[in-house]
Amino acid sequence: MLVLEQILNGIQFGIALFLMSAGLTLIFGIMGVINLTHGSLYMVGAYAAALVAAKTGSALLALVAGLAGAAVAGIVIEALVIRRLYARDHLDQVLATFALILIINQTATMLFGRQPLFVAMPPALSHSVTLLPGLVYPVYRLVVIAVGLVVALGLALPINRTRIGMLVRAGATSREMVRALGVDIRLLYTIIFGLGALLAGLAGAMAAPILAVQVGMGEQILILAFVVVVIGGVGSIRGAFYGALLAGLIDTMLRAFLPGLLRQVMAGSNADALGGGLSSMGVYLLMAIVLLVRPKGLFVRQS
Amino acid sequence: MTTPLLDVQGLCKRFGGLTATDTVDLALPEGELHALIGPNGAGKTTLINQLVGSLEHDSGSIRLDGAEIGHLPVWQRVHRGLARTFQITQLLPDFTPLDTVMLAVQARHGHSFRFFGNARNDRKIRDEAMQHLDQIGLGARANARVGDLAQGERKQLELAAALAEKPRLLLLDEPMAGLGSAESQQMIGQLAALKGKITMLIVEHDMEAVFTLADRVSVLVYGKIIARGSVDDIKSNEDVKVAYLGEGDV
Repeated sequence: MLVLEQILNGIQFGIALFLMSAGLTLIFGIMGVINLTHGSLYMVGAYAAALVAAKTGSALLALVAGLAGAAVAGIVIEALVIRRLYARDHLDQVLATFALILIINQTATMLFGRQPLFVAMPPALSHSVTLLPGLVYPVYRLVVIAVGLVVALGLALPINRTRIGMLVRAGATSREMVRALGVDIRLLYTIIFGLGALLAGLAGAMAAPILAVQVGMGEQILILAFVVVVIGGVGSIRGAFYGALLAGLIDTMLRAFLPGLLRQVMAGSNADALGGGLSSMGVYLLMAIVLLVRPKGLFVRQS
Repeated sequence: MTTPLLDVQGLCKRFGGLTATDTVDLALPEGELHALIGPNGAGKTTLINQLVGSLEHDSGSIRLDGAEIGHLPVWQRVHRGLARTFQITQLLPDFTPLDTVMLAVQARHGHSFRFFGNARNDRKIRDEAMQHLDQIGLGARANARVGDLAQGERKQLELAAALAEKPRLLLLDEPMAGLGSAESQQMIGQLAALKGKITMLIVEHDMEAVFTLADRVSVLVYGKIIARGSVDDIKSNEDVKVAYLGEGDV
């Protein structure tokens, strides 16, 4: 039962990673921009949700605030900074968006202080249910998983079926070709960036009751989201989905069980130290192996 | 004298110390098929990229039908009637040929269509795309996977996608590259059929194709046009022989 519970935890973490990396992979794949501020959008979403939840007590309003906050922040960042970076090389993009992280983090510290904000679980979702005999699981986390799956499906359909989705897929494969076909890519870029910001905001707002809302929370998940993009393949939403679940599961399972396994063969304190160290390496190890075996990512056709 | 369809004047592009495009003038009257030849690294693709706008030029002007287009983004130049194909095909391997051409057709129709409509079910766009594929002889392969097409078919598909933009000026970057001789003959036939209907600038190494198709030829060496004239002029030009056709062994 413990294993099942940890699998659910892994999936839930994977879903959060997916919401982050879906936007990241599209922005990188289609626009060619390395957007480090994606983590900041996540943080903005979490803060906006936390503040509104504290003021109104409504989880629904908090969610709306999280989405709106991240979307507005995304639009402002795109219009003021990112738009000037499309034609620049990646180093310029990293420098500019890293500077933005510092500015946004400092602003958040000045506004809200260093104390983490804690958000109460929405009362309707704060209980646990018995899924199987012996497996009791918090409803909120199940809802997070469900929302993530719905979003994944909701993305897959338009991307595979609609005209704008065709453009997104085409743009992720060959920007040059799409431009040459006469597609107004500025519009496409704005849509992609806005969509990415919304997803990051959703991830942040949903994380607010589970994690501490604090400055720097965006960077923790940003790094893992980049790892997921590499594992799944740049530009592939499907890759982001499976890559995120894989990374979420591996990270969670290793953290939960590796120290215990090692304790069978060595002293307790050593096992904990080694297990902790190894499990935080797990996802990066996975990325390294993927890069060796399928350098373009697991879900991108290798050429 | 009427305005040329494409009028390039004093076009320059430098990459650090390298002058890739050196005060190039180029005027194409409507209907002309103009070939641009030159040794590897002469700056032919760089020139095409500047004309279509994927590379910004340093100075000079690019006019299409009298209007300056040199500072428009790529997609706006395409909407004004410029289309291109690539030396190395830039097609989308997981699309079908039909999807690819539909993308071009729908880009041309712009936003007058429903953005979130089901793309594959749109009759009008579909029919028009199919027509372009049939015209180029790819109708039977419309629903294959682009990644599974032969090189010749890919080149044809790029041409079909470019034609779907209904261009006035078509820039072809080595349409024969990588084609076998039968495929080359087919491509030459298709371009010959388009000749006169669409103005074309064609970069090509295949001299047989160039000499068969071109009305006029420009020779680009180290970013500079060193000679321009009819096929016969170019064939007999001493500078061209030395610079391009091989140091005196022709």
